[in-house]
Amino acid sequence: MLRKIRGDDLFRYYLLSVSVLVLFVIILVFLELFSNSLLALRIFGIKFFIRNIWDPIKREFSALPFIFGTFYTASLALIVSYMISVLVAYALTEIVPRWIAEYISALVDLIAAIPSVVIGLWGIFYLIPLIRDVIYPALKPLSFIPLFSGATYGFSYLAATLVLIFMITPIQVSIFREAFLSVPRDLKDALYALGATRYEVARHVVIPYSRRAMMAGVILAYGRALGETLAVTMVIGNKPNITLSLLSPGYTLASVIANEFLEATDPLYSSSLIALGLVLMIISLIVNIVGYIIIRRAQR
Amino acid sequence: MRKRAIIDKIFTITSIIAIAIILLPLAHIVIMVIRNGAEAISIKFFIETPKPAGVPGGGIANAIEGSIVLVTLTMGLSFPIGLAVGIYLAEYGRGKYAEILRTLVNALSGLPSIVAGLMAYTLIVLHFGFSAIAGTFALSILAIPYIIRTSEEAIRGVPNDIREAGLALGIPRWKVTLHIVLGAAKGRILMGALLAMARVFGEAAPLLFTAFGNPHHVTSIFDPVDALPLLIFRYALSPYPDWHLKAWGAALLLMIIVLTINLAVRALVKGKYAIKF
Repeated sequence: MLRKIRGDDLFRYYLLSVSVLVLFVIILVFLELFSNSLLALRIFGIKFFIRNIWDPIKREFSALPFIFGTFYTASLALIVSYMISVLVAYALTEIVPRWIAEYISALVDLIAAIPSVVIGLWGIFYLIPLIRDVIYPALKPLSFIPLFSGATYGFSYLAATLVLIFMITPIQVSIFREAFLSVPRDLKDALYALGATRYEVARHVVIPYSRRAMMAGVILAYGRALGETLAVTMVIGNKPNITLSLLSPGYTLASVIANEFLEATDPLYSSSLIALGLVLMIISLIVNIVGYIIIRRAQR
Repeated sequence: MRKRAIIDKIFTITSIIAIAIILLPLAHIVIMVIRNGAEAISIKFFIETPKPAGVPGGGIANAIEGSIVLVTLTMGLSFPIGLAVGIYLAEYGRGKYAEILRTLVNALSGLPSIVAGLMAYTLIVLHFGFSAIAGTFALSILAIPYIIRTSEEAIRGVPNDIREAGLALGIPRWKVTLHIVLGAAKGRILMGALLAMARVFGEAAPLLFTAFGNPHHVTSIFDPVDALPLLIFRYALSPYPDWHLKAWGAALLLMIIVLTINLAVRALVKGKYAIKF
């Protein structure tokens, strides 16, 4: 009897100590990131977040253009990707025959498995020329709209947004589809029996019923879009630039770190980049925790 | 009546178009990776190290070896830790401390990969320099939360009857957990680990300022090493056509590895043990 209890305790304490170790490392890593960004935060203070400047030669740094670029590309991508995902998920549950739908959703899931750097490679050699030679001339008549003003080399907010749409759509499709599949048959049949079309059933039953689960998918996708690094870095043009014009080059928090951190030999420069990392981490933690809470509520 | 039918038609057609919009780039990427990549691949490609910048020829053996070393070390570190925490959360994870840990793990599983690189940089590279070890640490920051989540879910999925049956036979709880519960959850835990491995293979952002890259064969895990995704990133942005070709070759190799793992997992799942992401 005694030996059994000792074995149980030993096992439990072992697991607990590994967990505590993980928690400890998480905290250590947060603190380390924070302490390394202190230099920049102390020198620039609140100005770090409200000025629009990034000049390594004059040693003036701020986060604003990157925060703008991050939210701009991620938000645009989320809106477009949301619309595509709802349509795709609905088509896969209600319109396309079951066995084809299985294949299509397997393919969509495969998109999520492609390494980000491979998408970036494709972006450089195929998407950028496409934007420069086809999309840009086609959009020229619309250049009076601020979104499409200016000239482009291809590397642009547009390229980054397109890449992000492609990358976050599978996340939303798989969560939306699961949510749509869990809508009770009776509810849908009731409306069909009244003579409703598929569109009406989607609008009045399936989507309202799935709203909570869909919200979780949206937030997860948003978190992914905000933090996506390499594919964006490779196509966005890497220039701090607060503008609505999609055709202009831009920058995001993740891509400026990826692109400039190794060049940053000046302590203030590298500390500013680490501070940008801290900002990105806090944004992503908030988004993910909100998403997690919504998922838990939806499960209850 | 007419109008409603038309709206429904438009809705159906746009849905089909939406599927095409999302699958076309996938098809194009796969075809281009295969077409360009096949051109790059030869025996030399696998066994030689790169020639100096701009000189054609050579291979990417450094990156292949580096990737294997990094992934092996990362899985060796992450799997035992992730599994232990996963068991803890699933079997003993009630109360406030477990809830905090669970929330943090979930939040961290969406951590931007570049931030993992910065963390490893401040914690390890600043003190010990660039190395495969630092790269391993960065990759583990991404892999561990993922493994914790998938193994916790796998263990939670084991029906309580099985545990109770074991306990009723007088088997101590830790043996029930280790032999019976883990035995039942084995398949799904393994799948989670495999998917984590596929992800680790493809990550370059955390390696930029940790593993750093190295044009020579791997000799020590305390030295910088290269990796397939890292090489793709560097070569894609270089001005040399030969390096662009090598980047496509590396992309083909990486896609084969990652897709094989994913398809294997998919074949294992067959809907029965479907892992939720």
